[in-house]
Amino acid sequence: MIEIENVIKVYRMGKVEVRALQGVSLAIKPGEMVAIMGPSGSGKSTMMNVIGCLDAPTSGRYILEGQEVGRLGDDRLAEIRNRKIGFVFQTYNLLPRLTALGNVEVPLLYGNGRDRRRRALEALERVGLGPRAHHRPAELSGGEQQRVGIARALVKDPSILMADEPTGNLDSRSSYEIIGILQRLNREEGLTVVMVTHEPDIAAHTRRVVSMRDGRLVSDEPVREPRDALAQSVGKEGTAP
Amino acid sequence: MSPFTTFLTALSSLGANKLRSGLTLLGIVIGVAAVISLMAIGRGAQQTITANIASLGTNLLFVRPGSSSQGGIFGGLGSASTLTLDDAYALTDPAYAPSVAAVAPELRTTGQVVASGKNTFTQVIGVTPEYQFVRNVPVASGQFITWSQVDNVSQVVVLGTRVAETLFGFRDPTGQTVRIGGRQFTVIGVLKSMGGGTQGLFDDQVLVPITTAYYRLASQRTTQGSVNVQTVNVQVRSAGAMNNAVQEIATVLRLRHRITTDDDFTVSSQQETIQALEETTNTFVVFLGAIAGISLLVGGIGIMNIMLVSVTERTREIGIRKAMGAKRRDILLQFVSEATLLSLGGGGLGVLLGLVLSRIVDGQSLGNQTLQTAFSGDIAVLALVVSAVIGLFFGIYPAFRAARLHPIEALRYE
Repeated sequence: MIEIENVIKVYRMGKVEVRALQGVSLAIKPGEMVAIMGPSGSGKSTMMNVIGCLDAPTSGRYILEGQEVGRLGDDRLAEIRNRKIGFVFQTYNLLPRLTALGNVEVPLLYGNGRDRRRRALEALERVGLGPRAHHRPAELSGGEQQRVGIARALVKDPSILMADEPTGNLDSRSSYEIIGILQRLNREEGLTVVMVTHEPDIAAHTRRVVSMRDGRLVSDEPVREPRDALAQSVGKEGTAP
Repeated sequence: MSPFTTFLTALSSLGANKLRSGLTLLGIVIGVAAVISLMAIGRGAQQTITANIASLGTNLLFVRPGSSSQGGIFGGLGSASTLTLDDAYALTDPAYAPSVAAVAPELRTTGQVVASGKNTFTQVIGVTPEYQFVRNVPVASGQFITWSQVDNVSQVVVLGTRVAETLFGFRDPTGQTVRIGGRQFTVIGVLKSMGGGTQGLFDDQVLVPITTAYYRLASQRTTQGSVNVQTVNVQVRSAGAMNNAVQEIATVLRLRHRITTDDDFTVSSQQETIQALEETTNTFVVFLGAIAGISLLVGGIGIMNIMLVSVTERTREIGIRKAMGAKRRDILLQFVSEATLLSLGGGGLGVLLGLVLSRIVDGQSLGNQTLQTAFSGDIAVLALVVSAVIGLFFGIYPAFRAARLHPIEALRYE
């Protein structure tokens, strides 16, 4: 359960104050799949960082699973990220030196990390990359790299998966694959997925779309009939999203 | 992160940039090897010097007259002429000085030694027969000075090897005549060559009976007509009896000189000389080590430099790790352990290289001296500890910068 109440986030860029979030309130229930949309500069990335506990709000309250996390220090936030949040990035952010398996093991290095190898392999198998476990990112396609990224996000069994433009660097086929995996995780395993995207087509695969502009929420609507990525990637292969 | 995982992670990070890590390592390797080999050479030299002095006999005491004073001006130690031949032999009295094994008084002067058109200016030492045993100067050919020659003030001389070579080349000088200070002396023997070091001084000296030195060659004499000596070499029965011997000698001389207040003589031991020399050479060894230490410092700065570059290059990696839950301590530890691994690895290899270098240098001749090295474990351990400390010291700042990075900014870094 994510509860954000009247969150304000102000950055200082030199002498200029940037008001990235100007009083946002949002609640996301467990098992939801939410897309946060908006043009660049709308504050959706800041929103993502706050929800993902990468950054603390300047004011307002953020309660994650009943725990007030808005006022925690860096190291406590790191602990929460490690235990409760999985990140999937637009640019994958894999460590090039490590194999797929090594990359998936990274979150297990911090905090409780027993059975690293086995757990990392399981996570890779969940995204269908078991056979590619010992390849380095440079030897994998974009879609495969992103699947490694998802496996890494899953390996600690988080309660929330945060995806920042997860299909931004992918072709349409790989995009549907990735969205398909996220949908499956959400439907079959009840994982809460929060995704930032500016592509309406990708957002149409979620069950709720939140739109932002100038640091405020402008709309918050459920998706009547979420599209099924799996059907699309099989049926309309190669078409642009 | 467990220590083992940290170690593995650091190892793999360093392995990702082998050339760079290798060159940084080399800086420390050279520094540590320099410290190890220079210290080994220094300690070797120290041991050579100490061994040289010890070869004179460690059971030796030296009795010298005190300083003379004339109108309030004090001369150097040994300048007074208060010690006589009779004083010296009084020390052999077993009733008063049971710890004394033998005495060998000496009287030094200098003179021009001339033979068959060649000449050399050298130290002439007046000695008694005991001298060869007490100071360990055996003759190579001919014989040493005898008591009858001392009693008769004979004009006989025993030459040091180098003096003999200078005057006679490779001919046997025994039986030949030399002139010392304008007087005729018969050569009765040649000393064995002592080689380098302190004992080698004997090669450049000539020995005559102490009475001859006093009555025929020296300029100063006592009014009483007793032979003056400059140093009495005292051989003590055992190393354990040194302190007793010093007491006994002092008692005998005070009695003979009727001294109640200030002694007019000093007793010193070989041990004191060794100690003084060791202190001097220690300074020398530490100095050598310090010079080598500078290159170790430069190696440390190299580590810091590379770690700073590495932190900048891996900003994104730091961001990723932080997003995945790495705390400040985890990042700090990761970079510190990389720096320490570099410096410790370099230290280990440096110790090995230093060991090899000091083995190679050992026994090499440098001019007319043979280099000796003494590799010691304590320096190896010290070098390892110092290199670990250098890694920590120069690694902590870059690591701290890495740990301080904000995850979002680090992730955004291109």
